Amino acid sequence: MNPRTIPIRPEAQKSGAFEVLCTRKDELIGWARKFSLFPYPFVTACCAMEFMAVSSTPYDTDRFGAALPRFTPRQSDLLMVVGTVTHKQAPVLLKVWEQMCEPKWVIAFGVCATSGGFYNNYAAVQGIDRVVPVDVYIPGCPPRPEMVIDGIMQLQEKIANQQHLIVNDRF
Amino acid sequence: MNPLFDRIRERLAAKVNEAAEAHGVLVLRIDAAALLDVVRGLKDDFRFDMFSDVTAVDWLGQEPRFEVVWHFYSTVHRLRVRIKARVPEGEPRVPSLVGLYGAAKFMERECHEMYGIAFAGNEDLRPILLYEGFMGHPLRKDYPKALEQPLVPYREGFEPGRE
Repeated sequence: MNPRTIPIRPEAQKSGAFEVLCTRKDELIGWARKFSLFPYPFVTACCAMEFMAVSSTPYDTDRFGAALPRFTPRQSDLLMVVGTVTHKQAPVLLKVWEQMCEPKWVIAFGVCATSGGFYNNYAAVQGIDRVVPVDVYIPGCPPRPEMVIDGIMQLQEKIANQQHLIVNDRF
Repeated sequence: MNPLFDRIRERLAAKVNEAAEAHGVLVLRIDAAALLDVVRGLKDDFRFDMFSDVTAVDWLGQEPRFEVVWHFYSTVHRLRVRIKARVPEGEPRVPSLVGLYGAAKFMERECHEMYGIAFAGNEDLRPILLYEGFMGHPLRKDYPKALEQPLVPYREGFEPGRE
């Protein structure tokens, strides 16, 4: 046997008898919810390239439970607005947001979604928070994948600290 | 100058005020009223079979204020022609090219909404990139830079920009 191999001793096998987890119910619920994000990609512009980069293997948003994009707002709880939103498109964005079930969160991905970016003109909405409430803003043109991951982690922290409706006196 | 350009200049001399070559493109300055004759000549006699673009330039402060610019390309000769015509602010009206080129329909709609140029003969000048209810012409130099015309009411605490 290789001397570095750790032998499995029969007497050390798991029995399950001492597997105890101490936590609070609301923290447990929050912990479970924060790893179960179903993003709806509302992708309008060049930030989409960075969105693809952060979704794929090297950065891998799957680690945060945000891997499976749902292409209908009815099945998603995280609206990721990736790119510039114009005034002509704002009613579409609002409709998508209204079709999502509660609880729902919104991430403004990139500086255009955050504040309009350098498109300060007749066509661009100067930040999607004028139309829908935003939980996390990720500026950058485009943002680095590290920034996106940090934004998702901040959103997870926010979700974990929110109280779900089922957590009440009788729960 | 390209020999074909010389022939075009000779043939259309009566309609063209000024002709020159810029970066390999023949530039013709004409009166807006002569547009259809000039374009028909280019299309039928010189085989400029592709209508690439129509746009406008806003020379704010000059008179006449607007300059409408058309581009044509010949897939046979592989040459380009640019036509320019000045129109006044009071009546920014030029003839439409929908009878000669089908592609003119959409491009004239865009030029109409952005600069307010009227294309006589184009029946369908609805907005194509902008939306119904948009006031003014955003690519004119006197359009207020900060003016916002949102289609959905803003959330509480946000006011659309005005000028």
